[in-house]
Parts: sequence; structure tokens; C-alpha cells
Amino acid sequence: MLKTYDFTHLLLLSVLLWLCPPLHAEQQSATLTQAATLFQAADFNKTREAVDLLAASSDADVVTYLQALLDGKLYQDKVQGTLVIAKDGNTGDELRKIPTNNSLRKYVRGAIGQLSLSHPDAAVRLKSANGLLETVTPEMAEQLRGLLDKETDPAVKEALSLGLAMADLNAADKAVRLTAIESLAGNLHPGVRNRLTTMTTDSDAEVAKAAQAALKTIEDTAALYGHVETLFFGLSLGSVLVLAAIGLAITFGVMGVINMAHGELIMLGAYTTYIVQQLMPNFIDYSLFVAVPAAFIVSGAMGILIERTVIRHLYGRPLETLLATFGISLILQQLVRTVISPQNVPVSNPSWMSGSLEINSVLSLTYNRLYIVLFCLMVFALLYFVLRKTNLGLQVRAVSQNRAMARAMGVRSARVDALTFGLGSGIAGVAGVALSQLTNVGPNLGQAYIIDSFMVVVFGGVGNLWGTLVAGLSLGVVNKVLEPWAGAVLAKILVLVFIILFIQKRPRGLFPQKGRAAGD
Amino acid sequence: MSLPKVLNKTLLSLSLLAALGGSNLVVAADDTIKVGVLHSLSGTMAISETTLKDTMLMLIDEQNKKGGVLGKQLEAVVVDPASNWPLFAEKARDLIEKDKVAATFGCWTSVSRKSVLPVFEEKNSLLFYPVQYEGEESSKNVFYTGAAPNQQAIPAVDYLMKEGEVKRWVLAGTDYVYPRTTNKILEAYLKSKGVDEKDIMINYTPFGHSDWQSIVADIKKFGGEGKKTAVVSTINGDANVPFYKELGNQGISAEDIPVVAFSVGEEELSGIDTKPLVGHLAAWNYFMSVENDGNKDFIKQWKEYTKNDKRVTNDPMEAHVIGFKMWVKAVEQAKSTDTDKVAEAMIGQEVPNLTGGTAKMLPNHHLTKPVLIGEIQENGQFEVVSKTPEVAGDAWSDFLPDSKNIVADWTGKETDGKPCGNFNTETKKCSGQKYE
Repeated sequence: MLKTYDFTHLLLLSVLLWLCPPLHAEQQSATLTQAATLFQAADFNKTREAVDLLAASSDADVVTYLQALLDGKLYQDKVQGTLVIAKDGNTGDELRKIPTNNSLRKYVRGAIGQLSLSHPDAAVRLKSANGLLETVTPEMAEQLRGLLDKETDPAVKEALSLGLAMADLNAADKAVRLTAIESLAGNLHPGVRNRLTTMTTDSDAEVAKAAQAALKTIEDTAALYGHVETLFFGLSLGSVLVLAAIGLAITFGVMGVINMAHGELIMLGAYTTYIVQQLMPNFIDYSLFVAVPAAFIVSGAMGILIERTVIRHLYGRPLETLLATFGISLILQQLVRTVISPQNVPVSNPSWMSGSLEINSVLSLTYNRLYIVLFCLMVFALLYFVLRKTNLGLQVRAVSQNRAMARAMGVRSARVDALTFGLGSGIAGVAGVALSQLTNVGPNLGQAYIIDSFMVVVFGGVGNLWGTLVAGLSLGVVNKVLEPWAGAVLAKILVLVFIILFIQKRPRGLFPQKGRAAGD
Repeated sequence: MSLPKVLNKTLLSLSLLAALGGSNLVVAADDTIKVGVLHSLSGTMAISETTLKDTMLMLIDEQNKKGGVLGKQLEAVVVDPASNWPLFAEKARDLIEKDKVAATFGCWTSVSRKSVLPVFEEKNSLLFYPVQYEGEESSKNVFYTGAAPNQQAIPAVDYLMKEGEVKRWVLAGTDYVYPRTTNKILEAYLKSKGVDEKDIMINYTPFGHSDWQSIVADIKKFGGEGKKTAVVSTINGDANVPFYKELGNQGISAEDIPVVAFSVGEEELSGIDTKPLVGHLAAWNYFMSVENDGNKDFIKQWKEYTKNDKRVTNDPMEAHVIGFKMWVKAVEQAKSTDTDKVAEAMIGQEVPNLTGGTAKMLPNHHLTKPVLIGEIQENGQFEVVSKTPEVAGDAWSDFLPDSKNIVADWTGKETDGKPCGNFNTETKKCSGQKYE
């Protein structure tokens, strides 16, 4: 990592050194001087003309200048008007940054794309070919055909022929248009769909009909992927709910403690992520692997502390537990406000969690959500294993089913209580790490999730981990199915109303505990 | 114990007492003019409003060093309405009745302004309101030093239409009064510009919304239908961060679908990871990055006053600077702090703004302001990509059927000789709010 960093610096330095000589106007090429004059106007239209001018020139270093303009590193001497490429922050008062805006940057990107179609790197070629798709002119089509013959990389080849087919849609010859439509059928690229939509009003009836048919197949496929996408969104929202609720499923579900400070334990986990990232600023990519165990320990320890000092004295008095833990939640919030900051803190996403997995042009799954679905399942599996297969799990279940009997069998119930509460709290902390990647980390983070968590646990059936999993995921999916036609606000309300009605009918939730364990 | 020591001790305990009792206890002297500062110092709005309180203290301090106003020193009376809307009204009443302030500078959210409005009208006292808002109001007792919709929202849309050639619009906002009114105005404006109803998508989300995946996917679909699309965001507060993050993750860059925001400024950007926001736009009347001598001095003064080199300045701060300077000039011109005399002297006052122009107080109690569009940079600052000349603030939007015939004029020139903030030019009647 460090090495590449040094390397970029070296590269920048050499670029700078190499560019230092042309500080005097007479040494810059004629095109550059001409472009510099246009840049001086500080008008976006003039800058665009300058870009055209540069793109049309045959100078070898034009791409360097355009790239610098794109990156905001192109400066101009205020007096002499000479162009200078500079590192950020390395400019004096005599230099002025050449301003760009979004549409201009897009334009520059297109110009660079065209210039780098014959770049030796296939990835660069692919990027520039993709950038050109919708703007292939007849003159460019000839150039593309030439490039297509020489092209060896299959992905670039595909992109180029797609661009050519799009260009052919404008052809005067009907047969050419028909072939182009045929080759485009089933292609999910959004540009294709837009082009075909305009083709349905083609003057030639046969072409219009073919376009309509091609469009229909495209739209059917897109609709199918749309449903897959909704399902994924639902599962990802659901797994966030499950993560937030699963710790509560233990403390509330198994132990029967109404812990209003559960949200704040999640918040502590999120803040642990922030602190871990502050401690290792150069290794953000690995920070989460440290943050997960750290958050488990911090929140778990806090949970044990709360149990030993407060909750232990209030077993069997649910109302007082509720009030006491509510007080604890306020204390924890204020603690964070005082010690860290009342404002939200920035938590970075590791690079492997940014971006999305593109399955095709209409379906892409964002990595952060994908990882969180997987992470949720892992946490669930681990917790299930602990409760079912370990000694601690056996004792936890024994104590929760019949405390007196368990004690008679030699189980130290007080120790088990503390450990169970610590486990539930630790899992809440782990959920906080996941949430820090999705939402704002601030003192109020926990409050946003406490209601949802209780909802999931009650809906799933108190005391049942499977119930929590199924309830969380299904609530997520229902929410996302409702959202497109009801709106985000109404969808949430509808889900809440549904749960209230459901609880009326089945007070013990989806998977009620049966037999003696269900005792009152 | 020697005498100086005793004196020292007494002084110390006195100042301690004063600090403990809050500013309400500071001995009221007749030779000072009191100025109320009504900003939340606790609760959800504290993040934004505390800065404005500090700005006011700095301005008052500076004015006192220059010799005060009318030969008297100014005295700030700071109260904390704690982000609690009804408490705003109570605190405002205290300021006017008990402390007898000459004018009050305060409020942030529209709901807090609506809450104190009846108090200021009943007690006939002055309020300076420094935040951009939804318009549709003009009170005799309020001076609106923030932007009206025609000084922020509409120019931003114009910019995108012209520079970005945007044809389709997503109006996304948080579900409360400011976004709903602003979007109503924008929708009417877009339609008047020939934008088809099919090309406008409106979406509201709750406060603090964090699950943006389906909404962003919808925006992506909406924007992928061949016409250049932009998002006009009245999304408020910290819901913005996950929104921009999701845009980045779903591969939507500012070049594909730019987002122009009306509630994201330097202060909001200072606490977050700005990477996903780079290139997106915001519209304000002031940016910290504007290169200008007045602005440079102000930033320096602010950093020195707060003793923090990282502090940023923002648009509502500039509004307070303009409002305060105008008030000082008006009081000196009226030679009195009497509400009616000052209010009359306020209209037509001109002071230089911090972006190199001049702010003028109009008869409708709004200001002339330049509109700046900026692109978010990685360092949390904005790069100005467009700047208009000064635009006159319009209290009643011309694009809503209910208010297009309504004008406000506290000099009475356009309202049949009788000053009115809600005058219907068709029925020739002054109606609606109580502005007598």
C-alpha cells in the first residue's frame, strides 16, 4: 500500500518537473496557447471550445492536460495565461484554477474517451467505448469499424459492435436498420431502450414494428430483474432489522428483560468502529475486521456492567426494568455527546464495500448491502450454534425455562444471567458496526432502531431465534414491496398496522413457544 | 488577606454568580441597548443554531468596540429555547416583556418562526430571521434576511435547465412544511416552463431516513429513460449522508444525475465523509469559498473569535451579519430603538454583503441577494459555478395560484397607501394574517 502511494508521488513529481519548463508562453505549443486564451475567459462555453481545440490537435500530451482539467489540477497563471498542472494545494496566489462543472467534466471525459480508444490497456479501451455508445456519429462509425477489426478483447469488441449497431439505427437503408434492431433485441443497456423507443415511431411500418417487438422483450426481462431487485432490497432491509433485533431476541426473548438501552448498545458498537478507524487511518480497508471483535467486547462489557449494577436487582419487575434501562439509555447518549461530540462522526466505507456488483445493466447489487446480508446470516448461524451446541447455551436455555430447577442442578444462575446479557449486548455492538456502514453515526443512532427491534422480536415470537430471523426478513421484504406504490412514510405505517392486527390474532407471534417453556 | 486579593475574590465570585444565573441575571443598566438572541443551544437544532448565537455575540462585541449604538453599549440577552417550538414563543415573550430587548435575532426552522410570530406582533417587537425559507409570509415585525424561494430554489432550477440541459426532475424532500411548500412552488414553476407532468417525480421521506435503496433505484430508472435528469433535494439534516452514499454505491455520479440541495452547507459538510458528495450541487446566497476581501476579513474574525482554525462560515451567518449591520444603521438613522421608527428606517437600508455585492432591504421586508450555485469539493467547501446579480426577494410566490395576486409592501406604495404584508391586487383587500 505504502509503495503505491510513494509511486504516485514520484509520478506526480516527475510530471511536475517535466511540465515546469513550459512556464513561458512562447514554449507552449500553438494549440495550448490558443486554448489558454479561451480558458482565460472563465466561461464554461469558452472552456468547452478550448477542450474541442485540444481534442482535435495532434499533440501527444493533450490527454495529460485534459485529464488534469478533469481532476481539477489544471491551473492558469493569472497574468501570463500559461497553463500549469499542479498538485493540490501547491499553488500560490498567482495561479488560478480553471473552473469546471458537471456537464463540462462529462464533455471532457467523452473527449478523453475518444482519444484513448486505441489505448494499449483493454480496460481503458472498454471504458472509453462504453462512454461513446450513445454518441456514435457516422464519421466515428467508420473509425470504430476499423478499430473493431483490430480489437482482440471480447468485452471491448462487444461494446464497439453495440455502439455500431446503435449508429446503424440511423442508417438510411431500411435493411441495415432492421438488422441493427435485431441485433439489439434483448440488450438491457438503458441507451438501447431509449433509442428503440424513439424507433417505434419510425416512418417505415416494418421497422417500427420490429422495434416494438424488440422493446417488448427488453421490457419483459427488465421487469423480471426489477422483481429480483425489490426482493434483494427487502432482504437487505430485513437483515438490518434482524441484526438490530437479534441481540434483543436474547436479552428480551430469552431472558425476558425489557432493555430500552439496547439501541444505545448498538450505538456504542458504531462508535467503536469510528474509534478503530481513527486509530488506524491508513488501514481503513481492514478496520472492520478489528472493529467487529472490539465492538463485541465494548458493548458486551457495558451490557454485563448494566446487568450487574442495575438489572440484577430488578428481575421480575418489568416496569421498573423498563424505566431504569430507559434512564441508562439517556445516560449513554449524553456520555457520547459529552465525551466525543454532539455531532455525527464520519465513518468511512472500506473500498471493498463501496460500489456495486453489476449483474447486468438493469440489476446491480450494492456491495455494502450484499455483505450485510451475508454478515447477518453469519451472526445468526454463530449465535444459533452458541445457544444450541455449547455448554453456555445449554445453561442459558435451562435458566430461561426453569430457573429454580436449573439452580437445583448446579447451574450458577447469576453468572449465566450476566453472561447471557453480555452476549446479547455484544451482538448489539456487532450490529452497530454493520449499521455504521449504512447510516449516520451519532448519539441518536440507537433510538432509530429500538422500536423496530422490539417489533421484530414480538412479531417473530418471544424466545425464538428462528422467529426473529423470519420476522425480520419478511418485514423487510413487505416494506420494500409496499414502498414503490405507497411511499416510504405510508409503507412504514402499513407495516406497523399489519403487526398490530397480527398480534391481536396471534399474541405470541409467528413462532410461539410451546409446552412448558411457554409458561406465564 | 491583602486588599487586591479580597477584590479579586469578590470579582471572581460575582462573575461566577453571573455565569451561574445566566445572562438574565446580569444587572440591567439603563445605558445599554439590549439585543435578544433566540437560538436553540440544546436539542436537535443545536448543531446549527449554536453557531448563529456565537455569530451574534461576535457581532455585538465588535459593535461595542466601535462605540456601540447611539452612544450606548449593546448587551446580548441569550436564551435557550431548546429546539422546543412552543418554548420559542415563551422565551420570545420573556425577552420582550422582561428584558425589554430592542430587537431579537433568532429562529431556524419555519415552525419555530411560526410559533413566535404572534408574540412579536402582539408585543410589537422586531425579529430578524436568518434562514432560507418557503416564503408565503411577510410580517410587519419580521425582517427575513435569508432567501425566499425565488432567491434559491428557482435560480437553481434555472441553472440546471440552462447549463445541465436537464429535462426531467426528481423533487425529493423530507416530509414537512418547508420541502412541501418549496416543491409545490417548483412543480408549478417547472410546468410553467413546459415540463411535462410525466417528467416530474416527487418523493417524500421521513426525518432521518436511512434506507434509500429503493428510492435511489427509482431515481436511477427515472433518469435512465433518455432525458437528462436532476434531483432537487430539500432533504433535511443527516438523512442526506446515506442518500448520497447510496447514490455513489449504485454508481450514479454527479455527472449522470446531479443533485442540487438547499439544506446542505459548509457546517453540515464539516462532520461527514464528503467523498460520495463530490460534484453535487448546492444553492445558497453565500459560500465560504467566495474570494472577496470582506469575506476574507469575516472568516479571519470568526476563526479568531472562536479560537478554532477549522471553524467554517455559512449562509445563515452571513444573513445575521447583514441583518445586524442594517439594524445598527436603522437605529442610528431613526435615533431611537422604537420598533415603528426602526422598522420604517430599515426599509431601503443598504449594506455590503460578503460576496462583493450590496444587500438592500425591500418594502416587503426581504433582501436583495445574489444566488450562488456551488459544487461540493472533497474538502467540504464549495466551488462556485454560477453567480447571478442580486435578486429581489419575493414574499409571495408568483407560481402558486393562491399567492400570485398577493403582494407585500410596508411602505404602502403598492398596496393602496395602507402598509400591508398580504395585499390582494385583484380584490384590493389586505387580508389573511394580522398585519395592522
